[in-house]
Amino acid sequence: MVVNVTLLQAQNVRKLYGGFCALDDVTLSINDGEHVSIIGPNGAGKTTLVNVLTGLVRPTAGNVTFKGHNVVNLGAVRLARLQLVNIFPQLSVGETIAVAAISHLRHGERFFSSTARNRPVWEIVERVAAIFGFSGKLDQPAKILSQGDKKLLDVASAFALSPEIILLDEPTSGVSTADKSTIMRVLVQAARQMGIKAIIQIEHDMDIVFGYSNRIIAVHNGRILADGSPASIRARADVMATIVGRQRDHA
Amino acid sequence: MTTSTAPIAARTATTATSKRALALPALLFLLIFIFPFVAGPHYVILMFSAMGYAIALLGLNLLFGYTGLLSLGHAMFLAIGAYTAGYMTSTRITNFELILLVAVAIGATVAVPIGLLCIRYVKIYFAMLALAFSMLLYSFLFKFYHLTGGDEGIRIKVPSLTAWDLSGLDTLSVLTGPLYYYVFALLVLLTALMRCLTSSSLGLQLRAIRENQQKAEYLGVNVKRYRLVAFVIAAVYGVLGGVIIAIPVGLADPSIAYWVQSGNLIFMLLLGGYTNFLGPLLGAVVFIFFQDQLMSFTEYWRLTFGVILVMIVVFFPNGLMGAIDRRGWWST
Repeated sequence: MVVNVTLLQAQNVRKLYGGFCALDDVTLSINDGEHVSIIGPNGAGKTTLVNVLTGLVRPTAGNVTFKGHNVVNLGAVRLARLQLVNIFPQLSVGETIAVAAISHLRHGERFFSSTARNRPVWEIVERVAAIFGFSGKLDQPAKILSQGDKKLLDVASAFALSPEIILLDEPTSGVSTADKSTIMRVLVQAARQMGIKAIIQIEHDMDIVFGYSNRIIAVHNGRILADGSPASIRARADVMATIVGRQRDHA
Repeated sequence: MTTSTAPIAARTATTATSKRALALPALLFLLIFIFPFVAGPHYVILMFSAMGYAIALLGLNLLFGYTGLLSLGHAMFLAIGAYTAGYMTSTRITNFELILLVAVAIGATVAVPIGLLCIRYVKIYFAMLALAFSMLLYSFLFKFYHLTGGDEGIRIKVPSLTAWDLSGLDTLSVLTGPLYYYVFALLVLLTALMRCLTSSSLGLQLRAIRENQQKAEYLGVNVKRYRLVAFVIAAVYGVLGGVIIAIPVGLADPSIAYWVQSGNLIFMLLLGGYTNFLGPLLGAVVFIFFQDQLMSFTEYWRLTFGVILVMIVVFFPNGLMGAIDRRGWWST
């Protein structure tokens, strides 16, 4: 992956909810090849930041651009975002991935042709399923999958959009330690195989943050407290005390 | 990357297009087709109405079974169909095809603005808003006597067919003969069309919306757009059903827009099984005949229906079709 080509840029972003300032003068850029972890205590503004970066929430001031275009006007096809375990319980694994593949191929308006016979859609489904280990489970309803597989399916469906950047809101929360490393390993591998240019993830688990990211952004009270490599963040005693220490206290 | 056709073939084999799965609707349609040969005129007329309800329910189930939006006001579209037939036949425009086309045009035109407002809401809010619109129409039909005939309604003459000369035939012969088979052909056509729609990307996206709206949005599904599409298609099926239901009655009156009518439609869906594509067809047929028989036995038929509804919800949550189609070939 080529580093230092700016994909996503936020400039002087401010987000107010009534009188509460969730984000205050945030400026950052996400570059090609980066795996960015956003860390911070609860209520720091991490989710608001991801929402603003994906265009899901409009900033009160400032702007966010993806390759020079305002993110508000971009669809999920360019920036995929996912959250906790978020599945379609009654849909099969194959159908779940197919929903994303249809969006990616812009086949949503094909009202008179059978989805089951839509070869391009099922080629994407098979490719993504193979990467995520779902090849033998395409007809299984999503609701009967294990918690770890549900999480993986959630990630897989977002990958089927073939986005350039993927934003993950705590992709490993609520799963066992063993599943966490499986999910992260598969996720990073899939990103490489599918040519995803950057990963941004909100994460509380510091082992994952320091084990997988090549850049960490620490957020506190709606502001960026620190932004740098894992080594440089580890060297910042104030950040470690404010964010990592606080999380250990909570734990 | 696997590019073989095997998994695609495996996928299609599990869908309802397999030959064994087709036996279910084929049997149902065969029963309806041969019905005029084996049953008396009273029952054939009942089947005529059941076909009208089945068409309306196919549309309603796109909204409820596939999209997860329960409308308590779908009767408004039946009323639009019935009154269109009433107005047109009373002005001597009796061509059935033309009546259907005008009804579809009016139904779709009315459905777009109402749908735009309703699809902003889900669950009880959607249901109540649809009910409110239906009751508004009911009040209008009831109160604006000079336009709608008030509680007396508008009489509907038996329509004529472009490709079938009906002159010389009495009303009963038309309803149990040419018009019956015309409506039957329409039912088969509209069922095939609905199957086509539900098997397409529209069907999958609607099911995704039903299952998890937020996730569907994240995956790039235009939730409001497809909800509106489902609402308008349901409305079109509703008006077509309304035209057909009103013909054997010979009258379009406000009761067709009343909330009880919408309640009956929901009952039929639950009876047949809203989780099954064929549920609306079976639900309509069973409901109409069962209601007819029950009404002739007891004046407390509504009470009996209530008990049956409770039993269906408790023992057969997927309706009669869910119990018949155990392999889920036609599951929504």
